[in-house]
Amino acid sequence: MDLNLDAPHSMGTTIIGVTYNGGVVLGADSRTSTGMYVANRASDKITQLTDNAADSQVVSDYVRYFLHQHTIQLGQPATVKVSANLIRMLAYNNKNMLQTGLIVGGWDKYEGGKIYGIPLGGTVVEQPFAIGGSGSSYLYGFFDQAWKENMTKEEAEQLVVKAVSLAIARDGASGGVVRTVIINSEGVTRNFYPGDKLQLWHEELEPQNSLLDILNAAGPEPMAI
Amino acid sequence: MTFTIPIDNGDALKNAEADSQRTLYPYVTGTSIVAIKYKDGVLMASDMGGSYGSTLRYKNIERMKAIGKHSLLGASGEISDFQEILRYLDELVLNDNMWDDGNSLGPKEVHNYLTRVMYNRRNKFNPLWNTLVLGGVKNGESYLGMVSMIGVSFEDNHVATGFGNHLARPILRDEWHADLSFEEGVKLLEKCMRVLLYRDRSAINKLQIAKITEEGVTVSQPYSLKTFWEFKAFNNPTAGAEGSW
Repeated sequence: MDLNLDAPHSMGTTIIGVTYNGGVVLGADSRTSTGMYVANRASDKITQLTDNAADSQVVSDYVRYFLHQHTIQLGQPATVKVSANLIRMLAYNNKNMLQTGLIVGGWDKYEGGKIYGIPLGGTVVEQPFAIGGSGSSYLYGFFDQAWKENMTKEEAEQLVVKAVSLAIARDGASGGVVRTVIINSEGVTRNFYPGDKLQLWHEELEPQNSLLDILNAAGPEPMAI
Repeated sequence: MTFTIPIDNGDALKNAEADSQRTLYPYVTGTSIVAIKYKDGVLMASDMGGSYGSTLRYKNIERMKAIGKHSLLGASGEISDFQEILRYLDELVLNDNMWDDGNSLGPKEVHNYLTRVMYNRRNKFNPLWNTLVLGGVKNGESYLGMVSMIGVSFEDNHVATGFGNHLARPILRDEWHADLSFEEGVKLLEKCMRVLLYRDRSAINKLQIAKITEEGVTVSQPYSLKTFWEFKAFNNPTAGAEGSW
């Protein structure tokens, strides 16, 4: 078997989790591809966090099941740390089979907003922000420069949308819309930023209805010979 | 508590892999640990990096942890396996405390426990992908040992894992001596860590130094080392031979 140990497995997606002053913002693209074909261009990857659709669905289903039981026994909502550790338990004990890197984000009354990264292998790392998926390769430099502590909710969400949008621009496996989820003491807010409403980056052009519109707008110019 | 998602690898009679799981390769890894005995106990150094293949993905990972009252454990290799080992040791220390008999596990005992765990996993072809460094002091006696992922275990006055084996050990062989002061010890470790920083691709410039003495464990705050680049020869190395490097 050819083990290229230097090439981390890439999963067709971009996922981001960011803490801010009061909670967390999670973001993801919406492209699910089977090979070169885009099977779903508007999927929702933030369901207790998903990236590789099949594996993380299974993991999140199990975790949801355990978390429900835990909540009943505890008598109050589970903490983010407990969720992260439950996912860790599954990710670590099934490391040979699972190909899923996850970001767990949430809010609880003890610690406020928290983000835990759980890459392949089942390591748990608490971070002020986390990025994952194949699109994340293009974002390490961006976050190194753009991240700052104690952002407001609006700044944090804008950062996430900008980042996912930049990743989509360069990663073929990421695309579609940017979905964000904001979690704080007040609850959960889901937002949706369609592909055509995002900022344009290098070499990207303003979308038009048709060439005809362009030609009709400016008067016809003589062609250069 | 472990929970394994039920999988069907096939008929255990015909399929060699059926019903077995093994760790094939590491994902998030820590690089070298360097440790030395000194006058009052043991000093250990590690950087705070967690590499994901060639990407320096995590830069805030603590790879040295206190175990009970008398030991300090440093790990290189797969971080998730290190986290699992810390859980095993938590249980070990808890049970030790529950005896409530005034006794507590010393570094020698912890080292022995780890050796047995690592060797047994190796025998099942499912290793914990780590090289561990165990240092400690109990009743005035310093202890420093190492266990690898295949169960090779030994004690010494100075140890190093990973790249440290090749780069730090020669320095330690030359410059270590018994009864180093704290300052001498830290300077020696920093010398090793600087070389690793220059020459180990997976090293990052953010390290911690931990000390364990009879009084207990202290892990320093994270800090960075200055590096030197002003050799004249670095300035224009290809001047005499354009096209070379």
